[in-house]
Amino acid sequence: MSTAHQQTEGDGGEVRQIYDPVADTPRRYRRDPPGAQPPLDHPPYKSTQLRHPREPLVYLPHTVTEITGPQLDRALQLKDTDRDLTIQAGGEPIGERIIVSGHVYDTEGKPLRDTLVEIWQANAAGRYDHRWDRWPAPLDPNFHGAGRCLTDSEGRYEFTTIKPGPYPWGNHYNAWRPAHIHFSLLGRAFTQRLVTQMYFPGDPFFPYDPIFNSVRDEQARNRMISTFNIHETQPNWAHAYNWDIYLRGPAETPFEESF
Amino acid sequence: MIFEVTPSQTVGPYFAIGIPFAGGNLVVPDGTPGQIRITGTIYDGHNQPIPDHVIEFWQPDHQGRFADIYGHGEQSTLPGFRGFGRYGVEDGDGSYEMLTIKPGRVPGPNDGPPQAPHINVTLMARGMLHRVVTRIYFQDERQANTQDPILNTVPAARRDTLIATATPGGYHFDIHLQGHGETVFFDI
Ligand SMILES: [Fe+3]
Repeated sequence: MSTAHQQTEGDGGEVRQIYDPVADTPRRYRRDPPGAQPPLDHPPYKSTQLRHPREPLVYLPHTVTEITGPQLDRALQLKDTDRDLTIQAGGEPIGERIIVSGHVYDTEGKPLRDTLVEIWQANAAGRYDHRWDRWPAPLDPNFHGAGRCLTDSEGRYEFTTIKPGPYPWGNHYNAWRPAHIHFSLLGRAFTQRLVTQMYFPGDPFFPYDPIFNSVRDEQARNRMISTFNIHETQPNWAHAYNWDIYLRGPAETPFEESF
Repeated sequence: MIFEVTPSQTVGPYFAIGIPFAGGNLVVPDGTPGQIRITGTIYDGHNQPIPDHVIEFWQPDHQGRFADIYGHGEQSTLPGFRGFGRYGVEDGDGSYEMLTIKPGRVPGPNDGPPQAPHINVTLMARGMLHRVVTRIYFQDERQANTQDPILNTVPAARRDTLIATATPGGYHFDIHLQGHGETVFFDI
């Protein structure tokens, strides 16, 4: 039986449709509106200078290559420990234990199920377990900082981890990144591929960070900030943050994309 | 109601913690009949290799079938075909290598006349706030390339930047992010 018209309740009590993976296959995806994405050329972030194209992008209509996408669960053989970054080593990592969860939706609000979510992050002191990260903050032998999971049938993902610390970088004098967790999503189509960062509410470094502020629209910028959730906080165990991710959805009309 | 997309941010310098995985660059299992290696180097605006990049491939099999479960035509039956490759290094020499097969032809825009064999490519790196997208076409598909509905929208003088050259055992495809010989990138 088709699940195309099955429904679920969203966080705000609103009714959301659930995708049928076959029946609801979009033929074209909605283009990002102007300003929704950061520019590739962003002088305050110095490394963009030699790493952005100068020629205009060439418009690519969506063909079958763009509307299909990979399924990596067989290749990755995901385990339960992949979603709990606090139990991947021999002992307990140091820091604030947090549960980070949310839904992956498309821009029509439809949950994307069985889609891969990959994360990586610094430890509680703001240090990455990476040989290029040499700033004098301690490494944590019990924290590597990488996780993977698939969304469930309602598009929900969940990780247990440690709240990452802010860290300095060499972009300009006294530059610090706001605390963040890197997220990578494949979606279900090549057009939906997204790599981004989740931030924490009220971070004092926001006004000074050229990467966060590369997204010019304030509302768009705020979509990268998670919310603290007391209801999902587990007493005497872990506090909780929610963050929903929106990938590109179907184009509204066939006329939106003419070729 | 239409929601707005979550903005992109850079992969940063430390993606190697979470992005590469064992065998990630095997679009097909090693030993697949007709397998080829596609190699190349990523260059910045000073023509220097970019030592920290993530490159991903997405393509159909030799019959033009995708490893996609969502019902776009027929699904690939090639054993172990992933259709996806990911190569990510944090301190390499700017080069990459994928093991794959030459893709077959698939329908063009609006299910129109077929496209020439091509591979979709995503490239990300520190210093890039958003991915760039390009396509690999093949030098020895001259006839198909001249009729390709996408290549024909690319300014003629820049089409060569999308065409991989033959090597023993595969093809070579460099990417120039900026400047002389800048690769064509697509707005998708
Ligand atoms: Fe980071």
